[in-house]
Amino acid sequence: MINIDSPVSPAPPKVEVSNLNFYYGDKHAIKNVNLTLPTNKITALIGPSGCGKTTLLRCFNRMHDLYDGNRYEGEIVLDGQVNILSRRIDPIEVRMRVGMVFQRPNPFPKSIFENVAYGLRVRGEKNKSFIADKVEEALKASALWDEVNDRLKDMAFNLSGGQQQRLCIARALATDPELILFDEPTSALDPIATRNIEELMDGLKKQVTILIVTHSMQQAARLSDYTAFMYLGEMLECDRTEVIFKHAAQLRTRDYVSGQFG
Amino acid sequence: MATSISSPSSSTPLSPIQLSVIQRKRRSNLFSAAGIVSILIALMTLIALVLQLFIQGLPKLNWQFLTSFADPEASLAGVLAALVGSCLVMLVTAATAVPVGIGAGLYLEEYVTRNKFSALIEINVTNLAGVPSIVYGLLALGLFKYYFSLGESILTAGLTLALLVLPVVIVATRESVRAIPSSLREATYAMGASKSQMVFDHLLPYAFGNILTGVIIGLSRAIGETAPLVTIGALTFIAFLPESPIQSSFPFISFEWLKAPFTVLPIQMFNWVSRPESEFQVNAAAAGIVLLSLTLMMNSIAIYLRYRIQKSLKW
Repeated sequence: MINIDSPVSPAPPKVEVSNLNFYYGDKHAIKNVNLTLPTNKITALIGPSGCGKTTLLRCFNRMHDLYDGNRYEGEIVLDGQVNILSRRIDPIEVRMRVGMVFQRPNPFPKSIFENVAYGLRVRGEKNKSFIADKVEEALKASALWDEVNDRLKDMAFNLSGGQQQRLCIARALATDPELILFDEPTSALDPIATRNIEELMDGLKKQVTILIVTHSMQQAARLSDYTAFMYLGEMLECDRTEVIFKHAAQLRTRDYVSGQFG
Repeated sequence: MATSISSPSSSTPLSPIQLSVIQRKRRSNLFSAAGIVSILIALMTLIALVLQLFIQGLPKLNWQFLTSFADPEASLAGVLAALVGSCLVMLVTAATAVPVGIGAGLYLEEYVTRNKFSALIEINVTNLAGVPSIVYGLLALGLFKYYFSLGESILTAGLTLALLVLPVVIVATRESVRAIPSSLREATYAMGASKSQMVFDHLLPYAFGNILTGVIIGLSRAIGETAPLVTIGALTFIAFLPESPIQSSFPFISFEWLKAPFTVLPIQMFNWVSRPESEFQVNAAAAGIVLLSLTLMMNSIAIYLRYRIQKSLKW
């Protein structure tokens, strides 16, 4: 089912998922998924609600480990080296390499500066000027610097929803992750804030690989290089975005992207 | 209540919808009237009680009363020993119950693996808050006074009341930690934080305001306790103060006061109330005002601190 060998851009794989199964207790939520995320590309996960997109996304930073009764089978291999689902790998180690941005902006009830600096503090970074540089860099990369550089000590909650989400992106960027997971990052935002975030993500792929879950097919079409279509826990199809949207191999994919069901 | 709809309807017969609205409105008015009566009963009792206390005790409340020791002569007697005793006992109680209670609460909420054994512990902790205080007195008598030989001291009293306050602090800690939304936990873990970083960077600071409220509620209960302290042998007549915790010479801090015998405000009050002379009744009322003010002061500090902390928290 994987078919990501395009003549245009043969990007090397950043992450390779093979035979991934995931269980919530007895519920078999992800069924035998195979997927490759090409380096410095945006891959979108689409599919009807309840198909397991978010569940799959949360496997990439072992978020499911926070709750009892969850079980992974199969492999998610980073850089062709480590299987991040291995029991020998600590989920903390995975989360230090893979960042995440959530559906609703969830800044910490701390200052703007401290929000962005938190990842560095977690890693034991003490050098104040290094932290300040990193915070500035991350805020610039998330296109927030010009709006907040004069009030870094303000509480993060004083920002607007779109600004808060960009702050959450800056927070994830500050620690130089190799992969960032976006879980419907614009579903709680207005159209203008959504456009800002999309432009931002498009720029970010120069430095980081991106996996995004979206329920908006327009967003997937506008933003992503590759699109994977999921249905009932299975990965039906994954290909270059224009192929999925124009010449999908499977009938169900064609029906979904043309809005016939969802 | 004159609305544009009700004026034309006064001449025409009411529709079934209007009838139903009127009927249900009447019922909710009836309920709110019953509610007002209930709250008045509670409020009037409290006001009458406080008023009585103030009318009786206020004339007696002066600097001399606050700075004198107990005395067989009612007009010379004061609450100094009891006031200092209450404060020092509370200090010991807070210093022991708060760290232990917060630690236990955090452990139960964040670290424990859920199974039948942990469920049993949880039920027991919750029920501990309802154990009669005299039972804690008996426990303290056997444990602190006889087994650990701590005597009839401020330390024994503080630890006894700490037992009493502990379940309240544990429950308050658990509830305030549970109130922190899971989105915040996930955000923290997604940054690569460990569990202890999660607890100390986020849970504790965000929950602190509510924990504090629980602590103060617990301490307010403890400051009025008499029974367990009588059980461990609190004195009623003390004419000296324990050694000051702060010394003028090296090492500047002394813990001798922990071993000192003590009395507390409610015991002093009880002692005066049980005297036949009416002058001592006035003293008891005045001591009641002092105790009440102490409680109110603690509560207002809690409200202020919680307001300061909560102001910066939103999710």
